[in-house]
Amino acid sequence: MGDEQAPESEEEAESASFRNRLATARGTFSGFLASVVSRGVDDATWEELEEALILADAGVGTTAALLDRLKEQAKAEKVASPEELVVLLKAQMAQSLEGYDLELGTDGNPAVWLFVGVNGVGKTTTIGKLAAREAQSGCKAVLAAGDTFRAAAAEQLGQWADRAGAELVRGAEGADPSSVVFDAIEHASATGVPLVMADTAGRLHTRTNLMEELSKIHRVAGKGPGTVTEVLLVIDASTGQNGLAQARRFTESAELTGVVLTKLDGSAKGGIVMAVQEELGIPVKLVGLGEEVGDLVTFDAHEFVEALFS
Amino acid sequence: MFDTLSNRFEGIFKRMRGLGTLRESDVDEVLREIRLALLEADVNLHVVRGFQDRVRQRCVGAEVHKALNPAQQVIKFVHEELVASLGGETLEISHPAKPPTVVLLAGLQGSGKTTNAAKLASWFKQQGRNPMLVGADLQRPAAVEQLRTLGASIEVPVYSEPSDPIAVARQGLAEAVASSRDVVICDTAGRLAIDDEMMDQVGRISDVIDPHYTFLVVDAMTGQDAVTTAESFHAVLELDGVILTKVDGDARGGAALSVKEVVGRPIAFSSTGEKIDEFELFHPDRVASRILGMGDVLTLVEKAEQVYEEAEAEAAAAKLLEGEFTLEDFLEQMRQLKKMGSLQNLVGMLPGVPPELRKAEIEDDRITQVEAIICSMTPEERATPRIIDGSRRQRIATGSGVRPSEVSQLLRQFSEVQRMMKRMGGKGPGSTRKKPKKGRKGSRVTPPGSQQRKPGKPKLTLPGLEDGEFDLSSLR
Repeated sequence: MGDEQAPESEEEAESASFRNRLATARGTFSGFLASVVSRGVDDATWEELEEALILADAGVGTTAALLDRLKEQAKAEKVASPEELVVLLKAQMAQSLEGYDLELGTDGNPAVWLFVGVNGVGKTTTIGKLAAREAQSGCKAVLAAGDTFRAAAAEQLGQWADRAGAELVRGAEGADPSSVVFDAIEHASATGVPLVMADTAGRLHTRTNLMEELSKIHRVAGKGPGTVTEVLLVIDASTGQNGLAQARRFTESAELTGVVLTKLDGSAKGGIVMAVQEELGIPVKLVGLGEEVGDLVTFDAHEFVEALFS
Repeated sequence: MFDTLSNRFEGIFKRMRGLGTLRESDVDEVLREIRLALLEADVNLHVVRGFQDRVRQRCVGAEVHKALNPAQQVIKFVHEELVASLGGETLEISHPAKPPTVVLLAGLQGSGKTTNAAKLASWFKQQGRNPMLVGADLQRPAAVEQLRTLGASIEVPVYSEPSDPIAVARQGLAEAVASSRDVVICDTAGRLAIDDEMMDQVGRISDVIDPHYTFLVVDAMTGQDAVTTAESFHAVLELDGVILTKVDGDARGGAALSVKEVVGRPIAFSSTGEKIDEFELFHPDRVASRILGMGDVLTLVEKAEQVYEEAEAEAAAAKLLEGEFTLEDFLEQMRQLKKMGSLQNLVGMLPGVPPELRKAEIEDDRITQVEAIICSMTPEERATPRIIDGSRRQRIATGSGVRPSEVSQLLRQFSEVQRMMKRMGGKGPGSTRKKPKKGRKGSRVTPPGSQQRKPGKPKLTLPGLEDGEFDLSSLR
């Protein structure tokens, strides 16, 4: 709803969006801080830290690992106040999330970006926003409507293509998604468009046949004139511990290069991506912070951690 | 979806098995494990606490019943608490004297509202109703097209127009009244619980159509935030129930427990696959059993009952035990299985199925292939498969469009099954199976349209699948 607003400068828009999100969703952790600053570090402090991390969907394993490390550091550095502890924890978390190249690869003729994920995470919307973003920066793209299963998925992508001034390549409903993607790549190559963004149908990672289909899409996409430079797993920020299983299975089928964390503008914190990054080494590259075109921004570890504790 | 949680509990109870008495320290140890298991299953932290407290109270105060070992006693308490938390009974849909019955669906983006609006319409149709869909999601591009396509596939009319969602809802309802539709299902745009403007909008839609049933559509993969979402929607809409979607994945489904706990309304339906008919009434007591690793025995039996004619079942059971199991029976069983729904769903319901097998996908396509092969055989060949020689095999392969090696493979599998049946039958009825207990403790509301089980009726004769008490030791 509302007008699509073009961000004035990219960096400004990014940090602003993150901060807006902080403002809307602030609650649990400011309460935590308020209750905690008045006393020293005791068992209750650790319990509350654990609670904050669990409630952010960080998961039992990641939480335990983070707090173990923090305990060691706190002991070594003789940390006495809960405030310092929180600063340390945030720094640790941000550090473990940093150090990845978040640029989306464009080396290819055309470069092909594949978007994958379970149902309803926002793959189509992400492509739409990204196409608009690329168009704004002067990069033309062909959109491949590789979701040939869900009713009207191609229409949905088509509306985004229109908004972004991108071309849409689609097949019939129920068509082989690999061939739709392949056709889009050939079309882009023939018309000199440097980028193809391919949508795929939402699929639960437990469905072997659908995961095989995805492998095939990935394989076929690499066979044409283009190069698959990104395979992005789209994860909904409200996803719980299942997110790790999703990432594991999806990267088995189509080697993932990154994660897009969507719907982070809600009250969900998306803490599961920490486990994904830690265990599988797959970084979050993009973050969805709203329904507008400008609401898809590059991931920022520090802002993410701040938001996690907001 | 609850598989991993089941495994977790199985591990805990296995450890408790060796103990003679239920000491307080043991209870605490078990509860710590239960806490971790539930958190890993995405049950909300605060909900876990309440659950833990209730189980502790009961465990510590109670004596171990003479007939039970301590592990069984804990199973009983945990199970009872899970049942209580998940709802205790199923939701019965009743219809107002003056139609139409108005249903409103709401939820976060991507939870599955549009798909489940169509699934619900199809479900009402099966109940003999005359539903209509209203597409009030004017936000997401092509959402209305999606609903129209789905509506066309189940032959249910869809009302929508590009105005504003509140007007669409109002006119949709008027349209339903005018065209004598007795159920109206209103799909709405996905919205975040913290988006005040959008929450206000859905509140106004609700005011305008005054729904008899308002369902929150919740993704089974949701994490800790499920509670926040449910609370916010409940505050605005006064929910009547929840539709739990994507339960065919491997998410442990703690969100179900969390939402039920904070909203205090039943999980009415669950969506178990991508196909329109993969949608059913939610059975909290059964899911609680599933969490405990006991499998959804009741659902399995009921599904089987719906499909099997009584006589057929009896004859089949007798035959199975006598080892007179022919390819015809094999085909018949395959067809029955197909009617029961996706094989994968069924396998998930069986208790004691090893985790790797639960995950394994059984392709429905394979059944179609088997069907084709058997149908290409003469009755004689079906009765006496060993007469199938090279040229017969070639003919069957050509007739069913498969390779001759696939015919051989089927025959090998069949003789394997036949041998197994003979072995089971050889032990004689009853020797490997416990006596079924009478009835089942606790409340169980039979969903409308399902058959009441009659006493003395033959049951599905899989070992360890009886109603009532289920001994975990039979799993190993």
